[in-house]
Amino acid sequence: MQKNYIFTKSHEWFDPQTNKVGITAFAIEHIGDVVEVELPEEDEEIDKGDEAGTIESVKTASEIFCPVSGTIVEINEELEDSPELLNESPFDKGWLFKIEPSDAGEFSELMNIDEYSKFCAEEED
Amino acid sequence: MSEIKSGMLRKEPLIFEKSQPGREGFSLPPAEVPRLDKLPDSYLRKEQPTLPALSEVEVIRHYTRLSHWNHCIELGTYPLGSCTMKYNPKINEKIAEIRGLTSLHPAQSQDDIQGALELMYILEKELCTLSGFSRVTLQPSAGANGEFTGLSIIQKAINEKGEAQNRKKVLIPDSAHGTNPASVVLNGFKPVEIKSGPDGYLELESIKPHLDSQLAAIMVTNPNTLGIYERNLREISKAVHKAGGYVYMDGANFNAIMGVVKPADIGVDTMHFNLHKTFSTPHGGGGPGAGPVGVVKALEPYLPVPVIEKNEQGNYFLDIYRPLSIGKVHPFFGNYAVLVRALVYILENGSRGLAEVTKRAVLNARYLRARLSKILDIPYKTNTLHEAVFSDRKLKKETGVTTMDVAKRLLDFGVHPPTVYFPLIVSGAFMVEPTETESLQDLDAFVDIVSQIISEAKSDPDKVKTAPHNTGVGRLDETYAARSKILRWKNKK
Amino acid sequence: MRYLPQSEFDIEKMLKEIGVDSIEELFASIPKEDKSTGVKLEKGRDELHLCRYFHSLATKNKVKDIILAGGGVYPHNFPAAAGSIVSRPEFATAYTPYQPEVSQGTLQAIFEFQTIVSELMQLEVANASMYDAGSALGEALLMAYRANREKRKKVLVSKAISPDYLQVVKTMLQSFGDIEIEYLPWDSKTGKTILPESLDKNVAAVALGYPNYFGVIEDITQMTALTSTKKALAITVSQDAAVLGMLEAPGNLGVDIAVAEGMSLAGTWGMGGPGVGLMATRKKYTKKMPGRIVGQTKDEEGNSGYVLTLATREQHIRREKATSNICTNQALVALAFTVHLSLLGSRGLTRINALMRNRALELYEELLAIKGVEPVFTGPFFSEFVLSFPGNTDELRKFMAAHGIVLGINLKKYSDVDSVFDNAIVLSTTELVETQDIEKTIKLIRQFYQD
Repeated sequence: MQKNYIFTKSHEWFDPQTNKVGITAFAIEHIGDVVEVELPEEDEEIDKGDEAGTIESVKTASEIFCPVSGTIVEINEELEDSPELLNESPFDKGWLFKIEPSDAGEFSELMNIDEYSKFCAEEED
Repeated sequence: MSEIKSGMLRKEPLIFEKSQPGREGFSLPPAEVPRLDKLPDSYLRKEQPTLPALSEVEVIRHYTRLSHWNHCIELGTYPLGSCTMKYNPKINEKIAEIRGLTSLHPAQSQDDIQGALELMYILEKELCTLSGFSRVTLQPSAGANGEFTGLSIIQKAINEKGEAQNRKKVLIPDSAHGTNPASVVLNGFKPVEIKSGPDGYLELESIKPHLDSQLAAIMVTNPNTLGIYERNLREISKAVHKAGGYVYMDGANFNAIMGVVKPADIGVDTMHFNLHKTFSTPHGGGGPGAGPVGVVKALEPYLPVPVIEKNEQGNYFLDIYRPLSIGKVHPFFGNYAVLVRALVYILENGSRGLAEVTKRAVLNARYLRARLSKILDIPYKTNTLHEAVFSDRKLKKETGVTTMDVAKRLLDFGVHPPTVYFPLIVSGAFMVEPTETESLQDLDAFVDIVSQIISEAKSDPDKVKTAPHNTGVGRLDETYAARSKILRWKNKK
Repeated sequence: MRYLPQSEFDIEKMLKEIGVDSIEELFASIPKEDKSTGVKLEKGRDELHLCRYFHSLATKNKVKDIILAGGGVYPHNFPAAAGSIVSRPEFATAYTPYQPEVSQGTLQAIFEFQTIVSELMQLEVANASMYDAGSALGEALLMAYRANREKRKKVLVSKAISPDYLQVVKTMLQSFGDIEIEYLPWDSKTGKTILPESLDKNVAAVALGYPNYFGVIEDITQMTALTSTKKALAITVSQDAAVLGMLEAPGNLGVDIAVAEGMSLAGTWGMGGPGVGLMATRKKYTKKMPGRIVGQTKDEEGNSGYVLTLATREQHIRREKATSNICTNQALVALAFTVHLSLLGSRGLTRINALMRNRALELYEELLAIKGVEPVFTGPFFSEFVLSFPGNTDELRKFMAAHGIVLGINLKKYSDVDSVFDNAIVLSTTELVETQDIEKTIKLIRQFYQD
């Protein structure tokens, strides 16, 4: 399923089929147990690379940067009561929000899964 | 070294859970029916707040039992780096209870509170003498509140020069306390992080790129949070002044240089003192403290109102007509009862005694460093003053045991751990500040305990990783706390 | 020196271990030119002389037997039992509870404090306390700005809030820079704040005193009707938390952030501090709140315990993105408040409120019977009120002070707003004021006026 996802260097994923945005397992591993997720509001317009919320563990707060420009159409409300979904299922049940992309041209600027895996391996060193 | 056993630690329910209808723990004049004739019903509570109903005996037992769950200075070593957990003299407390010093209402005329005004005036003068500043405001409630005050003063000075639009940058070394960048934002400035040099010093070279017309100030903790005296500060101050900026010193570690260096002499424009660190007032489990702020002559006009002055007849009065003042930072006179205690400490020691206090604090810290560096990794070899910062890098690699584990295991021996994971520039930081009031035996005992824990980390790492074992509760689940957000008691009925 | 345990033998041994010859050498890392020279060192004082000195300072103060002044500082009784708990070294000489396993005493007490504050305010979440009500009000306004995603740049603040608080708020917001304060005047007849007909979209919050500085009880629901329709936050500030035992809880009136001063019930009101700022809010704003918060949790064996929680709001983690720069609370004052309220229970608090109220009405009625003494406002009050007196109030207050009575707070500072304040005084009572004190006061005032 993740095969079609595209990725940012700040470890967000975007699924061009469902328009869902999330955070990769690699990033979640570094954040630790998620205790709180702050998400944008529906109808909010956000540009690519702008802050779209935060993910918090007990001792850290990490920003979510929007992978593509567009309008927020839905947020994952389950995360409010169950932030652990991000740890348990970052690529599926732990999705953050859906966005209506305003410029599909931006997609090519993101990494595909192979490029992203390589990128993570380099970061690890 | 032997581990501790607790005396008679009791699991104590919440006071609300102990409550029994019909009990009372107060002694007040007889009940009267409140006259509510002129108060419409809509203004009145429909339901009483749920408060405990208990006799005095039960309330006293509850809080006395709770107190047994706390570590405190009077029980043992408390080497929290940067927090300066020195002994809090008993005489401070006794004097702070003198009715004539404290049972005063701010609405009383200045003639009737001359003693209180004199007390604050003298405290100010003492702090001026120790720091070289020309005036000190006693209003700020805490160190962070002092930072806010000092930065507001700088902001006002910049504003007066008509440069408020441009000068927004405040330089902060990466070793700084989190309050520094937070205060900068609260003051409408923008923090710019400066990397510490390889030896732990702040270097002029790393400041230079920022010396421009946008520079508002630099905030420097001296000695810094590694315990290192910032030897380049004088030079840096000159450069900052030349660029039109100001120098703020975070005085959290003033206890390392009190009686040795006067910050105003080396170019500092404004600085806060922490009376609860350097001047022995009790920390109270997290306040009240006091964070007086000193300024050089040029910044005097911007001090908060009121300023206490003395007239030719020797009478003290409050000067509130100061058109350039930043305004008030406390509704009244600051944490007055804390100020009283600090003055007792200063006068008991005298400046001679205070200089000796500094020497002994550094002696203790350097002794601990000398002994601990044989068993712990010390990332910065530079000489330090009142504290030393170690790292768990090697230990973690070799045994998997982290600073947090060592900290928790220390609790089993009745010792409070040092400050951990701060400063952020040291990985797995273990920041030790013994203060001058620990004896050689206490310092040796601390080293022996740490050394025993390090051996355990090699022989029985699980024992360390699962510590503490002797405290009333084990490691508490912070993730669960943050996720479940139980922030008050609720009646289950 | 009694607080320095190192003997000369110890020092010798320690220097040897460090590898230096003298203590002075330990300061070698400080450049020579930085060290201050030629400072005259003063000797210290022994305990006897310390006590003498401070007692002599105390004699220069005049402690008054009858205090009929409030303005944020209310001389309430503080029971010996509460005093004894607060002076326990386990509470007084502990640091911030960073190691929860050895700080459960402080942490559980704060959790109990949060519960009491939440109960008084009828708002779900309270923090571990702020410095004082003035700075807490400033923080509440900044919090409202954050809650509105920093998009609304204006706050409406009643001019009838304590001027001591307003000055602190002004300093805070001016320094912050991005928020404009618009002051709401009060109605010269009722003493209530005049609220606008509606709010524009740029308003983040409206703040009222509850009661206000003149003791007048504001129409809080009028404010909350305004704010709730425009998504602005309603804020109240109470100068004495005690009155919340009888006045309707802010949360029940639709208030979003309620703050109050707790020092008057915590035994630290002398000279106005240290204070303790109570702050509570609705659950949805929890993450926007400044200051420490304690939460309940458990250890691996399931034992319940308490920790500092939701710390990602705070400066030590969030640094420049923190909700505030505050690093401490006023823990020991909060403990004093908690123990006192636990001793009182709701029955004791009601007793205090009844005494405050009844003595206030007694004083009010007796004073009005004096020729020329007039009420200034018609708005309802609880235990604090404003009267105007014939002639020079400075002289009157001085005369009363000479007889051991603090006769309220002079309101001359408002003379430029309205000349009625030339001779106005705001008076208040607590349970420490007795009927005979009021009789004495009235007698002396009549004597002053030769009435």
